[in-house]
Amino acid sequence: MTVQISFTLNGRPTTVEVEPATLVAELLREQLNLTGTHIGCDTSQCGACVVHLNGLPVKSCTLLAPALDGAPLLTIEGLQGAPGSNQMHPMQEAFREHHGLQCGFCTPGMLMTAIALATEKPDLTEADVRHGLEGNICRCTGYQNIVVSVMAGAAAMNAAKGE
Amino acid sequence: MGEVIGIGAAPKRKEDQRFLTGRGNYVSDIKRPGMTAGVFVRSPHGHAVLRGIDKSAALASPGVMAVLTGDDVKADGLGGLPCGWGISDAKGVPMKEPPFPMLAQGKVRFVGDMVAFVIAETPEQANAGAELLNIDYEVLPSVVGVLEAVRPDAPQLFDDVPNNICCDWELGDKAAVETAFKKAAHVAKLSLVNNRLIGNPMEPRAAIAEYEPGTDRFTLWTTSQFPHVVRFLMGALVLNIPQHKLRVVAPDVGGGFGVKQFHYGEEAVITWAAKRVHRPVKWVASRSEGYVSDRHGRDHVTEAELALDENGKFLAFRVNTLANMGGYLSTFGPNIPTNLYAPLLGGVYTTPAIYCNVKVVFTNTVPVDAYRGAGRPEATFVLERMVDVAASEMGIDRVEIRRRNMIPKEAYPYQTPVLVQYDSGDPMGCLDGALVTADVKNFGVRKAASASKGKFRGLGYSTYVEACGLAPSRFAGRLGARGGLYESATVRVHPTGQVTVMIGTHNHGQGHETTFAQIVSDKLGVAFENVDIVFGDTDRVQFGMGTYGSRSLVVGGAALSKATDKVIAKGKKIASHLLEAAEVDIQFESGKFSVAGTDRMKTFEEIAGAAYVPHNYPLEVLEPGLEEQAYYDPVNFTYPGGCHIAEVEVDPETGTVTLVNYTAVDDVGTVINPMIVEGQLHGGIVQGVGQALFENAVYDEGSGQLLSGSLMDYCMPRADHLPMMKVATHSTLCTHTPMGVKGCGEVGTIGSPAAVINAVVDALSHLGVTHVDMPATPNRIWRLLQNASLPVAAE
Repeated sequence: MTVQISFTLNGRPTTVEVEPATLVAELLREQLNLTGTHIGCDTSQCGACVVHLNGLPVKSCTLLAPALDGAPLLTIEGLQGAPGSNQMHPMQEAFREHHGLQCGFCTPGMLMTAIALATEKPDLTEADVRHGLEGNICRCTGYQNIVVSVMAGAAAMNAAKGE
Repeated sequence: MGEVIGIGAAPKRKEDQRFLTGRGNYVSDIKRPGMTAGVFVRSPHGHAVLRGIDKSAALASPGVMAVLTGDDVKADGLGGLPCGWGISDAKGVPMKEPPFPMLAQGKVRFVGDMVAFVIAETPEQANAGAELLNIDYEVLPSVVGVLEAVRPDAPQLFDDVPNNICCDWELGDKAAVETAFKKAAHVAKLSLVNNRLIGNPMEPRAAIAEYEPGTDRFTLWTTSQFPHVVRFLMGALVLNIPQHKLRVVAPDVGGGFGVKQFHYGEEAVITWAAKRVHRPVKWVASRSEGYVSDRHGRDHVTEAELALDENGKFLAFRVNTLANMGGYLSTFGPNIPTNLYAPLLGGVYTTPAIYCNVKVVFTNTVPVDAYRGAGRPEATFVLERMVDVAASEMGIDRVEIRRRNMIPKEAYPYQTPVLVQYDSGDPMGCLDGALVTADVKNFGVRKAASASKGKFRGLGYSTYVEACGLAPSRFAGRLGARGGLYESATVRVHPTGQVTVMIGTHNHGQGHETTFAQIVSDKLGVAFENVDIVFGDTDRVQFGMGTYGSRSLVVGGAALSKATDKVIAKGKKIASHLLEAAEVDIQFESGKFSVAGTDRMKTFEEIAGAAYVPHNYPLEVLEPGLEEQAYYDPVNFTYPGGCHIAEVEVDPETGTVTLVNYTAVDDVGTVINPMIVEGQLHGGIVQGVGQALFENAVYDEGSGQLLSGSLMDYCMPRADHLPMMKVATHSTLCTHTPMGVKGCGEVGTIGSPAAVINAVVDALSHLGVTHVDMPATPNRIWRLLQNASLPVAAE
């Protein structure tokens, strides 16, 4: 048995047929070929699968696809500037500038969490960032450059808003 | 026209764009036409006789195409997984090497041991089919700890391995050590445990295999740190596939840390299965599956003794270690607690006599193999804890006792009593730098401030050396390596002057696409953006041994440097022809070939173009084309080292240890890209801090169940566990690698556990605490404080 759901995926109206037990991470990766959202664990601990649902960060590996119906969903693939271009979001640029990634596997989830943090609280402190990233595990960077990147990315997002 | 970016610069990474935009290409992202899904059925028991498997219900389940077991492996005449390193005891008796079948045969030996492989149209159907397998186990008692495993009445894993001892190995001059101990003014003793760790790269392991009947070729995509070695081990030794009929691809890999270094049974089973079902097969591990199947790290129990004279000079060091191998010998398993451990027990000190005995032991646990640092963090931990214990017992300052025993800079090259000869180093310089950066002189003020809040503050030092750049083949061969450990690189200059490098190392986060491009840009004077680095595909890259042991830049970078030298040499021949000058008069500098003493010159691009348009070429003496290859086998290991200083605060009410400051000054030789080196140091330090404070793989004795079997139960370091660290380099140059590099991937993990635990012990020393085993969890510290029976909370 499948159900039909309609939602806005990265700004585009999307309708899919899914098994009701399908997880959002699986739907994105397997059915919609958006493999930027990663699956790093099976207990919702690692945060590699974070996407924005209704503008809020959620772990897509524990969210059932029918919950998307009628809602806007933003994934890592929806962040860039013009489609097909190499233009990036200020938070992506900040991660690149400050070496906030190594193997890149946790990175999409980190970015989605980071953007949500910066959106929620524009004047982030280091403690806010460290606390806010508690649900995202990185094994490579020791977090230091991620924290620096998030603070710089938040500042850049503020500056962009002010323009 | 882009810019030349040289050695020592810090350009932004070439690989970042795809990772930041979700366009990385990891194994689990790959789909193949007609792809099926495979699921491994794993033993739920630590130790059991496998009496029989009834496949009928599973085979009748919707979508299930095949169920493969150890009997099928046997029927197809396939080999077991090979061990890549053979060790021997002092009498030359080789280690016990029981077979490690792809799928269990007769017995299972750890929770997670592979029993069957179910292939179906979808993962859901494969899982449903796996549930229907009827497996008859006769459960046996398990033994998981090394102390228990060597007892005469312990459960025996293999009939022909008495007391579960794989090898009783030793290194050093036992008699000289005994003599020195008799003369000692003081002998310090220490018993410690080096806790078992799980690597946890964020990308779980995965593999896809495909067989093309038209060409009789296999392709395996796998999360590997060394695809060529997988091709060799699996093709030649397990599945009998001719090398030219097997392609192994390791595309973007989401972290390795050693865990993805080995040839795993899953890779062999899936490749074999793809031909049997005539369809591509994909398997992706869950994190929890990784916990019972990724190779684990560390797991030592050690007794150590240090003999000192009345001035605190080390006279001799004696170490007895029991090292856990788990249920079978993994690819490099027996090499880690022996050859990569005992030769580092000299550390940065002048200890004249060292003896180490290691009993390598089988238990009913996941096989143990190399994990970041591999053997060297264990050696550093024993030695640096021992030094602190000796200092405390003799009433000598911990920095002072280190200074009294350190190898002075001018004494290099320095021959240790345990095989290795350090070529260069400056431990005292690293220590001095770290003392300043860590603001040790004001520690007392900070400690008093902590005390006023009822907290205990401690400072811990770790001065260390490691052996990197694995490895000189000749040396490794003498120590039992069954392969060479050189590296290869090909530099292909295109007619347009752009460059593609094919290199045998593997990039899984270390930034090789950037660092190696800098080397080429620097040496050939071509724009950084015009250099591409290709790795991880046995069809595109000639050969290679992969990435581990901080060898990529040291060994692979040297091969690359040699290959670019050959390109320049060939370019000079072409230039001499074009400029009608003698070859000896051609100079190459900043991307230009010129005739010495004249203004006649050709650019690198012109030479590249001419190489492929050989009009008027003296073809009898000069071949067309501009592509050169080099293999490089080092003459020695490299010896990075340094000094780490950790500062912790302990809350006596809860036992919580908070890392409040961390300083590292490391000697990594020449720094090619400081941004990347700093990132590697950060990551390594936090892995070591994880071992010291949080991480522990815990087994239940008797049942062999892994109790820390998911990220819910195994505490990984998270962003709010850590302070901002201060890292710096204080480099002496390696004397035998072409660019003077030493390697930096593991230094953080090697230096940090001892620094953190020494800090924790320092914080609690006023209560009579002399040692804390890792991980220093709140529970462990709280219990220690209760047992200390001393006033805990500051009044």
